[in-house]
Amino acid sequence: MKYLTEYRDPELGRALIRRIRERVSRPRVLMEVCGGQTYTLIRQGIDELLAPAVELIHGPGCPVCVTPVRQIDRAVALAMDHRVILASFGDMLRVPGSEGSLLEARARGGDVRVVYSPLDAVELARRHPEREVVFFAVGFETTAPANAMAVWRARELGVGNFSVLVSHVTVPPAMRAILEAEGSRVEGFLAAGHVCTVMGLEEYFPLADEFRVPIVVTGFEPVDLLEGIFMLVDQLETGRWEVENQYARAVRREGNRPAREILARVFRVVDREWRGVGTIPGSGLGLRDEFREMDAEERFPIRQLGAGESPECRAGEVLQGRLRPTECEAFGSRCTPETPLGAPMVSSEGACAAYYRSGRRKEPS
Amino acid sequence: MTVCLGIPGMVTEIKEGEGLLMGTVDFGGVRREVCLAYVADEVRPGDYVIVHVGFAISRLDREEAERTLRLLQELELDGDRNSELGAQGNRGWEKERDGSGGEAP
Repeated sequence: MKYLTEYRDPELGRALIRRIRERVSRPRVLMEVCGGQTYTLIRQGIDELLAPAVELIHGPGCPVCVTPVRQIDRAVALAMDHRVILASFGDMLRVPGSEGSLLEARARGGDVRVVYSPLDAVELARRHPEREVVFFAVGFETTAPANAMAVWRARELGVGNFSVLVSHVTVPPAMRAILEAEGSRVEGFLAAGHVCTVMGLEEYFPLADEFRVPIVVTGFEPVDLLEGIFMLVDQLETGRWEVENQYARAVRREGNRPAREILARVFRVVDREWRGVGTIPGSGLGLRDEFREMDAEERFPIRQLGAGESPECRAGEVLQGRLRPTECEAFGSRCTPETPLGAPMVSSEGACAAYYRSGRRKEPS
Repeated sequence: MTVCLGIPGMVTEIKEGEGLLMGTVDFGGVRREVCLAYVADEVRPGDYVIVHVGFAISRLDREEAERTLRLLQELELDGDRNSELGAQGNRGWEKERDGSGGEAP
């Protein structure tokens, strides 16, 4: 397929790996932020091919993984409300909450529907005027414009039985939190290409300056990732900390202006809890006051639920790049994609699932 | 369905849907209805866009794409083809990702 196949060329990949190895004067520690990038790096064994010249640490960019257990519990509670159709992206369904997953809620009689686009959830509401459709709006900046458009459209079309359970997160505050954490080893970031198609590069300049850390906006195919890694390594070896754009075919410096405009009209910046990590200031998006009547948390007051996490799950450490999935006691034994203890083993963008599905097994202790 | 996944596809048709710019995008033979509102000013049939959860979020810049590949190919030609890595092999990502099976090298 055009724009895919050429970026999967093994010859190019090998040449880049050679270049990266030649370029490093000592082992370098880099973090890829996005779970989609983690998936490709692990699936193709790029991390193993680059060791020990480059160590890749996996970042928190898995929207499904960082959605707080409390929000999953709210979604489950809403799904069990007989008035409600709970619409969600497919990969949220198996994420464990403290009282089961959405899939289990469906098995218990809850009306849970999978949608491809947030606009499908608005359509669902129009087709079922007698029901309340709640869309579970999760995701990073990549997804936020789509979800914002659903909210915007529902109001424009006067769809009164549509609301959203919002759990949006944003990348730069999480990168800041990682850099500020004690003992942070990250020397450079591969920034998430699709987040930047929307937001552009500007937010990253202050981070690069303040922490003297190079940031390269990178695509998702193997050749993209390797070129991004080479660009980071080259910056480190020449003592630079710039924001560079490897993914220039899709990312403009200013991002996507119409998308950013709707984001600013529908959402405002809020503090947000990240599952396993804690609350990161200014790291989320919530509905602006003008859209409050479409906030499912306002429309359906839900009793405060206990946020029960599996005591054994170490997802928080995995999401912050402090623990490799295979270093976790439960990995591959008590925790598998079929019986997950935590979200990173569920989502296709979760580091634990990427390791497990690529045949990685526990490291001997 | 993956929340953060963006896939390139070619716009084959552009149309209005109740005041919202929509279109059809072809992903290597699979066609889908996609919202084009965020690329409205720049997209024409035949253009490639990155699609995420039913929305085109970026038009692919053909010249940039070709420039990147040209640079990379020059780099490959420059490289030493007798590196240890060639012998060592890799997982052959083109096999896994295209779903054509393939075995470990």
